[in-house]
Amino acid sequence: MNDIYIARSSAVAARALEEEMVVMSMRDSTLFTLNEAGAEIWRAADGRTPLSKIVRERICAKFETEPDAAYADAETFCRQLTECGVLLLSEQPIESGG
Amino acid sequence: MMSDLVVEIGDYPVRLSADDPGLLERLRARYAEFITDTPSAAPFHFPIQVVPHRMSGTEAVRVTCSDGRWQFERDMFHAEWFPKSGRGSIRQVGDYPNSIDTALRILHTLLLAPRGGFLLHASSAVRNGSAFVFSGVSGVGKTTISRLAPPDVTLLTDEMSYILPRGNGYQAFGTPFAGDLGRSGANVSAPLKEINMLAQGSTNKRELLSTSKAAAALLRNILFFAEEPEYVRLVFEAACRAASSIPVYRLTFVPTAEVWEMIS
Repeated sequence: MNDIYIARSSAVAARALEEEMVVMSMRDSTLFTLNEAGAEIWRAADGRTPLSKIVRERICAKFETEPDAAYADAETFCRQLTECGVLLLSEQPIESGG
Repeated sequence: MMSDLVVEIGDYPVRLSADDPGLLERLRARYAEFITDTPSAAPFHFPIQVVPHRMSGTEAVRVTCSDGRWQFERDMFHAEWFPKSGRGSIRQVGDYPNSIDTALRILHTLLLAPRGGFLLHASSAVRNGSAFVFSGVSGVGKTTISRLAPPDVTLLTDEMSYILPRGNGYQAFGTPFAGDLGRSGANVSAPLKEINMLAQGSTNKRELLSTSKAAAALLRNILFFAEEPEYVRLVFEAACRAASSIPVYRLTFVPTAEVWEMIS
């Protein structure tokens, strides 16, 4: 399995509201509401921490999910947010948000 | 020779000057409740010039900022505003107040954003000393719920609500921005008690929205034109703060006067 790195785009506004995270793309004002697990991944998206470590330490530990399934779900989630331009994704560590 | 009047909405006075007596008369009629001889602060000043030709080819409103100069444009008008000096100008086709109404709405969105306030597509009203807001897209019932209001209710607007942080809460102000009701709101304000996102249905019911759903609902209905990232971020923050501190409900209602039994 090739690990991936994720970083929050600089072209977004985000705010934690209760357990959820509301994220707005500055490009087209599209709004995303991330659930508790999505919010955990969002907070940990620093460009340096591999997604596998984020899933292991932030998702599996907290939500008691099976690691392979959790990773697959997290990768799908990250790729969707990347397509929408609010997350950056790379197979190498990411220097800074774009 | 130019004559003028000062229109104060919220706590922002705007001096409008024109040499067209017909236009000034129409402005006096439209903004009657909001015209003041004793503005609360030095007014922003917008001389109005009536021109014979369309300004541009588009009906869409365009709001841009460059080198400290805001420009508001549409096919029938062009306005500019310099926040540093407080001065601006409006050039418009025809001697009707509609373009000035649009320019005032845009100006207030820009003034409110840095203060955490906003204009919301919503009717609003005061009852028992508290303000209630009813928001939603065109046709959902903003004017209908205003028409159904009992006599003890003071209407702030049936179209565009003016909401500003005040102390630990928010204050809703009356506006002259009218919808299908065709009349200005009252020039009063009151502490904002709740926001209702409207939906019409077969029964009257209310459901408290989660904070994230409330923020999303507010963002869908806040009036804002500028695309500058700094201002978009301000509006986003304003919506999130408001959603965190004001109860926001989904109000499904039958368009009869009984709906007001839930609003008190």
